[in-house]
Amino acid sequence: MAEADESETTGERETTMSRAMVSAIASEMRDSDDVFVMGEDVADYGGIFDSTDGLLEEFGREKIMDVPISETGFIGAAVGAAQAGMRPIAELMFADFFGVGMDQIYNQMAKNTYMSGSTVNVPMVLMTAVGGTYNDAAQHSQTLYGTFAHLPGMKVVVPSTAADAKGLMHTAIRDDDPVVYMFHKRLMGIGWMPAPDGPKTSVPEDDYTIDFGEADVKREGDDVTVVTLGLHVHRALEAADALAEEVDVEVIDLRTLVPLDTETVLESVRKTGRLVVVDEDYHSFGLSGEIVARATEGALANLSAVRRVTMPDAPIPYARPLEQEVNPGREDIIEAVQSTTE
Amino acid sequence: MISDTELQEMYGWMVTARYYEERLQEEYLEGKQPAFDISAGPIPGELHLAAGQEAAAAGVCSHLRDADTVTAPHRPHHVAIAKGVDLKRMTAEIFGRRTGLCKGKGGHMHLFDSTVNFAGSGIIAEGCPPAVGAALAAEKRGEDNVAVAYLGEGAISQGGFLESLNLASVQNLPVLFVIEDNDWAISMPKERVTDVGNGSQRADGFDMPGKRVDYDDACAVYEAAGEAIGRARDGNGPTLLEVQVHRRMGHFMGDAEGYRPEADSERAKQRDSIERMESTLQKAGIDDDTIDDIRDRSHQRVEDAIEWAKDQPEPDPDEAYNDVFTNPPAGWTPNTKPGQTESAGGDD
Ligand SMILES: Cc1ncc(C[n+]2csc(CCOP(=O)(O)OP(=O)(O)O)c2C)c(N)n1
Ligand SMILES: [Mg+2]
Repeated sequence: MAEADESETTGERETTMSRAMVSAIASEMRDSDDVFVMGEDVADYGGIFDSTDGLLEEFGREKIMDVPISETGFIGAAVGAAQAGMRPIAELMFADFFGVGMDQIYNQMAKNTYMSGSTVNVPMVLMTAVGGTYNDAAQHSQTLYGTFAHLPGMKVVVPSTAADAKGLMHTAIRDDDPVVYMFHKRLMGIGWMPAPDGPKTSVPEDDYTIDFGEADVKREGDDVTVVTLGLHVHRALEAADALAEEVDVEVIDLRTLVPLDTETVLESVRKTGRLVVVDEDYHSFGLSGEIVARATEGALANLSAVRRVTMPDAPIPYARPLEQEVNPGREDIIEAVQSTTE
Repeated sequence: MISDTELQEMYGWMVTARYYEERLQEEYLEGKQPAFDISAGPIPGELHLAAGQEAAAAGVCSHLRDADTVTAPHRPHHVAIAKGVDLKRMTAEIFGRRTGLCKGKGGHMHLFDSTVNFAGSGIIAEGCPPAVGAALAAEKRGEDNVAVAYLGEGAISQGGFLESLNLASVQNLPVLFVIEDNDWAISMPKERVTDVGNGSQRADGFDMPGKRVDYDDACAVYEAAGEAIGRARDGNGPTLLEVQVHRRMGHFMGDAEGYRPEADSERAKQRDSIERMESTLQKAGIDDDTIDDIRDRSHQRVEDAIEWAKDQPEPDPDEAYNDVFTNPPAGWTPNTKPGQTESAGGDD
C-alpha cells in the first residue's frame, strides 16, 4: 500500500471502493454524453451504498436520474436506451431485487445481441449491491453471483478493492455488451458499515481499464489454492496469513466471472494440487461447483483434495448467531484449508 | 358510528405503536455509539419505523378479525400491533431471539404471525399478490374473510401492485389495498416519481372504487375502510384506499435525511394523528383519566414486551439449517460445513 507522501508523486490516492467507482463513472460521463445513471435514490441520496455519491452536484438531474420504484420499467428503459446507442448505468439497489426486473435482465438485456444476430447491441452497466454480514436477512443479503453468471449474454464483474473497482468500472462502461457490476456492500467504505482492511487501496488518479477475464493472484503459495471473490478475498487473505507457519496458501481473486480466468486457476492447482473455493453464494448449482468442475476438467490428475466453503443451501437468516453461522468466516476457511493437507 | 370501545381500542393501538417505535429507536441506537455501525448493538440490520403512520393501521384493522389476512411491507410494526400480532414474540423477533415469531430468522421486515394471518415482505409491493391469493382462498372456500395489502406511496409504480389491482378486480375478490402516503420513498419525493398526486386514482384504470383520506385521522380512515371491507365481505370486490400519513423519522434508522427540507420534517411532526385522536376521544366524552390510563397501560405493555424479549435466548447457530422445507426430502442436506460434500481425488 502506498505511503501518503509517495502517493503525491505517483498521482495515486488512497481511496474507498465507492469513491473509486464514482470517479470512474464521473470520468466516463465527462468524456461522453451517452453515459447517464438511472436508479432509486441515486441523485440526492447518492446511492444507498454511496455508489453515485456526489454525481448529482456535477451532472444534474438530467444525467443522474432518480426513477420510480419500477425495476422492470427502468432496467428495461436502460436496455432500450443502450440499443439506441446510449451507455446507461442502471442501479438495482440490492441484487436481491432482481426478481422484480428479471425479464428485462435475462430475456432482453442478455439476449438481444444474440437473438438479433448482432444487429443490435446493449452497451449498458447494471450496477448492484450484494452480500450480507450485517443482519439484513433473507431478502437483502444475497450475492447471487452464480445466478447472473449462469445466464448467457451478460458479462459479470465483482471487484474486491478500490483499484480494481475503478479499472473494472471504466472497462464496464466502455464495453459494447451488458455488464453486471456487483459490488459488495461491506467493501464500499460506507460510514455506517465499516469495511475490513483491504478494499481501501491506493488508486491511480488517471483513468485506466482492467481487462475482463484476468484473475488476480493476491498471494502466492505452493501448498493450497484458494479461489474466491468479493468480500471473501479479504477473509481468505486473513486465513492465509494465519496459516502462514503451517501451510503456504495461494489466494486467487477471480474479479470477473464472465469471462472466467480458468487458466490462472488451473496453473495454480497444477502447482498446489489442492483447491478450496470460498464463495458467499449458495452451495449448489453455482459458482463454487463451476470452479471445481473447471479444475477437474483441466487438472484432474493434479488434484488431491477439493473443498467448498460457501453459504449453505438455505435462505439467509436474520439473527446475528445464525448469520454468522452460515456466512463463511476466516475460521471456516482455515479449517477447510487444513483439511486438504490432512 | 364508531363506538366508544372501538375509539379506545384504536387509540390504544396508536399509542402503543408510537411508543413502540420510540423505544425501538432507543434500543437500536444503543450500541451504535459513538460511531453508527449498522451491524452493532442489540438490534442489528435495517430498521424502518412507522411513527406518524398509526392512523392508517388503526382505522383499517379495527374492522378486521383474526381470520382476515394482512400483508405488510418493510415498515410493518404499527400494522402488526393493530392486527393483534403477539407483541412479545414480535419484539423477540426484532431482537433476533429464538422465541421470536420466526425463531430469529425473519427479522423486522419479515414478521409472520399465522395465528392472526399477518405476513411481511421487504420487497416493494410484493406483498400485494399474496394478499390477492388469501382473498382468492377465502372466496373459494365460501368464507367471508378479507385480505388487506399495505404498501407505501412509492410502491404504487410497481408492477406487482398494478397486476394485483387488475387480478383482484377481474376476479371480484375481497381485497383492500391500503396506500400509506408519507410523501417520501427513501429520498425520493412523491412528485418526482409519479404525476398522479392522488394514488387512489390508480383504481380508476381497474374499474374499482378508489378513495383517499387526506389527513391522518383514524376515524376518517375507519369510515372509509369500513365501507370497503363491508363491500368486500359482501362479495362486492376490492377497493383501493390511500391515507395521508407522515414520516416523523428517517427512512431507516441512521438516515440523516440530508435530502429532506427542514420545513417538511417539521410539518410531519406537527400533524400528530395521536393528538387528533385524543381530542376525538375527549369530544366523544371519554374522560382524561381513561385516556391517561390507556396511554399508561400501552406504554407498560411495550416496556414489558421489550424487557421480555431481551431476556430471551439467542438461537443456537445450528438452527440456521432448519426450516428450509416443511417436509425435507429424503437425502437432502443444506450442505452446512465445508468439506463435507466432496473430496475429489486424483492421485491421492
Ligand atoms: C423491489 C424493491 N425495490 C427497491 C427496494 C428498496 N426500498 C426499500 S423501501 C423503499 C422506499 C419505499 O417507499 P414507500 O413505498 O413510499 O414506503 P415508505 O418507506 O415511505 O414507507 C425502497 C426503494 C425494495 N425493498 N424492493
Ligand atoms: Mg412513502
